[in-house]
Amino acid sequence: MIQTALIMLAVGVFAGIAGSILGIGGGMIITPILTLGMGLNIKYAIGASIIAVIATSSGSTIAYLRDNVLNLRVAMFLEIATTTGAIVGALLTGVLDPKYLYLLFGCLLVFSGWNMYRKLRRGSEVLQRVEPDKIASKLKLNGTYFDKAENKNIDYQVENVPAGFSVMFGAGVASGLLGIGSGAFKVMAMDTFMKMPLKPSSSTSNLMMGVTAAASATVYFFNGAILPGIAVPMALGILVGAVIGSRIMQILPARWIRIVFIPIILYIGLQMLFKGLGVHF
Amino acid sequence: MAQNKSTANEMAQVETIIGRILQVGVIFSAIVMLIGLVMFLITGFSGYNGSYVPRRMGQILVGTWQLRPYAIMMLGVYCLILTPVLRVVVSIYAFYKEHDHLYVAITTLVLFILLVALFIGING
Repeated sequence: MIQTALIMLAVGVFAGIAGSILGIGGGMIITPILTLGMGLNIKYAIGASIIAVIATSSGSTIAYLRDNVLNLRVAMFLEIATTTGAIVGALLTGVLDPKYLYLLFGCLLVFSGWNMYRKLRRGSEVLQRVEPDKIASKLKLNGTYFDKAENKNIDYQVENVPAGFSVMFGAGVASGLLGIGSGAFKVMAMDTFMKMPLKPSSSTSNLMMGVTAAASATVYFFNGAILPGIAVPMALGILVGAVIGSRIMQILPARWIRIVFIPIILYIGLQMLFKGLGVHF
Repeated sequence: MAQNKSTANEMAQVETIIGRILQVGVIFSAIVMLIGLVMFLITGFSGYNGSYVPRRMGQILVGTWQLRPYAIMMLGVYCLILTPVLRVVVSIYAFYKEHDHLYVAITTLVLFILLVALFIGING
């Protein structure tokens, strides 16, 4: 029992660091480790994972708030979409066969890996020029952030708010269904659709994950998917890892972070797909 | 431009308040979870028979009072879940203080959706 708790604590620290650096909430790392690595039922893994998502989000937000990277209005506005989606997702989980959860999870990881690779090919991070957008101005979504690597304040504008909002609803469904922060979708909604720079997208996504996860975690909490012996040491490890991770992220350039994680994410995604398809090797 | 500047200053204030709330909430939850975990590890007993996990609010509170490790751990988990909810509540107040009615409405809507989730969780 002590051994299980210590392993969970260590997994938590690792997932906290990796999750906050990538803006993926740790959930995408935890569920594969618990199911593939430790043979836990995927529903309990999802339960532990959604708690870990909240811990990562709250833990790393503490650091981001001090550093003024985050866009609070963007977060608030888009949370309307993510929390609604999270409820829909949590309701779906009770209905679906676990093998579909594995398949969806695998697809999600492969997609995330591909998405990160695609951005890598686009080259180093360049701030896109964006046309003044009526909805964005009306909702006061444009912002400024301080970039530590470049050591200056960067002003940015956002556009295409309806598309970003729709993708956020999907991100919420994925979060509630699979117990993940679905940060890849959130970051994509903000940086690909709304043209926000990566760093504010990533930390805003981190903040939103907590609120989104709270919606589905409440459902999981009362339906018995949360095992304290697993979720608690995991969450405590995550808190420590998230604080360390958010420090590392501001020093490392975004490109290196991605290069390190793409093959790992692709590999784990394929493993989850095989498990969902019932292939053993 | 002047208006942009004041919006930026206001946001910095809101973010500081919210940061503090999150910090207090997370640290409090972590302490409760840690106490439960340490008790569980020392005694090697969850406080309940077999693999039973208390999950009704009443059970958790009574179990915490009786110092049952799983009840304390679940209480900590529940506090952690409430931390982002608390953030939303404080944001409503902060936007209200800034006379940003649009964001008071937006944030209140988010809180309402979270309350719907709570209702579904308890009754579902």
